[in-house]
Amino acid sequence: MKNTRTSSALVALAAVAVLGLAACSGSGGKQEEEKASGGNNAAVADTPRVKIAMITHEAPGDTFWDLIRKGAEAAAAKDNVELIYSNDPQAPKQASLIQTAIDSDVDAIATTLSNPDALGPVVQKAVEAGIPVVEFNAGVDSWEDTGALMYFGQDETVAGQAVGERLNEEGAKNAMCVIQEQGQVQLEARCAGVEETFSGKTQKLYVNGRDMPSVGSNIEAKLAQDKTIDRVVTLGAPFALAAVQSVEGAGSSAQVVTFDTNADLVAAIEAGDVQWAIDQQPYLQGYEAIDSLWLYLTNGNIIGGGEAVLTGPSFIDQENIDTVAEYAKRGTR
Amino acid sequence: MSESPVATETPLADERVTKTSPLQKLLLRPELGALVGAIGIYVFFFAVADPFRSLDAFSTIMYSSSTIGIMAVGVALLMIGGEFDLSAGVAVTTSALTASLFSYEFSTNVWVGIFVALAVALAIGFFNGYLVMKTKIPSFLITLGTFLMLQGANLAVTKLLTGQVASRNISDMDGFGLADAIFASDFSIAGTTFRISIVWWLVFVAIATWLLLRTKVGNWIYAVGGDAESARAVGVPVVKTKIGLFMGVGFLAWFAGMHLLFTFNSVQSGEGVGNEFIFIIAAVIGGCLLTGGYGTAIGAAIGAFIYGMTEKGIVYAGWNPDWVKFFLGVMLLLATVTNLWVRNRASRS
Repeated sequence: MKNTRTSSALVALAAVAVLGLAACSGSGGKQEEEKASGGNNAAVADTPRVKIAMITHEAPGDTFWDLIRKGAEAAAAKDNVELIYSNDPQAPKQASLIQTAIDSDVDAIATTLSNPDALGPVVQKAVEAGIPVVEFNAGVDSWEDTGALMYFGQDETVAGQAVGERLNEEGAKNAMCVIQEQGQVQLEARCAGVEETFSGKTQKLYVNGRDMPSVGSNIEAKLAQDKTIDRVVTLGAPFALAAVQSVEGAGSSAQVVTFDTNADLVAAIEAGDVQWAIDQQPYLQGYEAIDSLWLYLTNGNIIGGGEAVLTGPSFIDQENIDTVAEYAKRGTR
Repeated sequence: MSESPVATETPLADERVTKTSPLQKLLLRPELGALVGAIGIYVFFFAVADPFRSLDAFSTIMYSSSTIGIMAVGVALLMIGGEFDLSAGVAVTTSALTASLFSYEFSTNVWVGIFVALAVALAIGFFNGYLVMKTKIPSFLITLGTFLMLQGANLAVTKLLTGQVASRNISDMDGFGLADAIFASDFSIAGTTFRISIVWWLVFVAIATWLLLRTKVGNWIYAVGGDAESARAVGVPVVKTKIGLFMGVGFLAWFAGMHLLFTFNSVQSGEGVGNEFIFIIAAVIGGCLLTGGYGTAIGAAIGAFIYGMTEKGIVYAGWNPDWVKFFLGVMLLLATVTNLWVRNRASRS
């Protein structure tokens, strides 16, 4: 009994090994990425090593935050900064992460202000403790009140309004705004912005962003329920890609447009599956947050003259996709 | 042997083996309550939501149900066997990521990654089952541990290998076409497109039903879920049965993971969290008891259908999206109460 089992396991193992040897892919995969790889390898600054904590409200596993982190890591590597990254999507927990950073005596803090009421007091505590704070990505309306030095990001409402205006130009009549996390302030602000300027009808659809098949089928159901929908506005690149399939599945003629980008989405714009994306340059947000703190710590510089530094919105469509595509493949746009 | 005096008397009907009418037998089936609930909800949405009536809508609902239902089959069998698996939701993502990352990183044929993922998924099931049986710690705690471990590993390994939090697109690699055809293709009936996962779902339900009702293993599953000690006393291989059930969940997680991967070509590492409860909910609505030893695979399928139908029905009805979760809760509660009511009525009459 035992012997037959062992030998059948061996046979299975051997079969997998043979399959493995004979089964290299002729196309795609790491091999192609390696051929195309490149990057910005700048020299490291000779300033003394400093410790900067970066705290965000990233929900683990969201591609958008990859870009922010990559930007931050690039700046940290160049500026001789020890970057300590932590994140929690729940505001009270993010607040305690900021407190942890204060307790561990970091030289500076970069944080998102996802929920000003919950995070404001602890940011003020950091400022009172003499730790310079820069805010980025979220909190454009209230960053000054918290005593932060600078702000890098886009105004979500302004971005939403820009989308609404573009939809007007295109003559759209009925837009569906797909929100992947119900009650998330930034996402709601985007849809509200669209609704403000868009002269057609705007409706919302909530989906479970952690279950892609369900995202796809819910969009499909909504397109069937309201056949006059001619634009699907998603609030993240992966959801735009799912929406493309749903539009096809529902036999709808709606066009897909989206906030934010990733490598696959750039390819989808190139192919014409997604019309355009509104970009807030997350890589730039992460990079500037760290780089500006380094400048402040080493040279006392402040960027923005007391105003928020806006990293968006800008549109990526078929006309300017070529300039972005190269960097998207490298994973920095 | 001496002749029993009772045997000489006119044989009286024993009240313990009194005949139940076929109707009552039907009413006592575990899935009947769920079926009544499903029909009720179907009629309700059919009446209030215009777009719900089309065949296209039915296809969408069936697809949505199938993505829950495939896993619910394994989870229901496991629950009948008296155990839980909280890692089932993220194990789907783990399987999809394994297949995708392996074939991408080593630039192999996609099928190599698919079989590596199968091995990993079965290993996770074995690990869960083995630990539960060896340590005697409730499966709720063991699989809570693996749930968190997998959730972390999904993110960390993906990040380590690709430098980002989603797997890379593998749609241009060798073997993708065939895998796509098996796990994620469409077919057309009367002008309506159906997804292949619906067929697989029904196949898995049929296999599980056959296993439960027509085989020795099926008896073992009910026995270990009802009372593991008595089952062991009468010679049921309790350890093997339970580990097998966990591995069954692993197998279906692999299958659902392949569907996820080949539908979307790349996988986000944070996906799947929270789905473990939806699978359990589907099994429970379908008549599985939380305490084990009772339930059917068909019931779990009906449970998944109720969930899928409610989730989509609310969208078809065009209700205020802010309230969707609330309505979903109300519908599920109604379905469960109907289920209980039908069962109580049936056993009393």
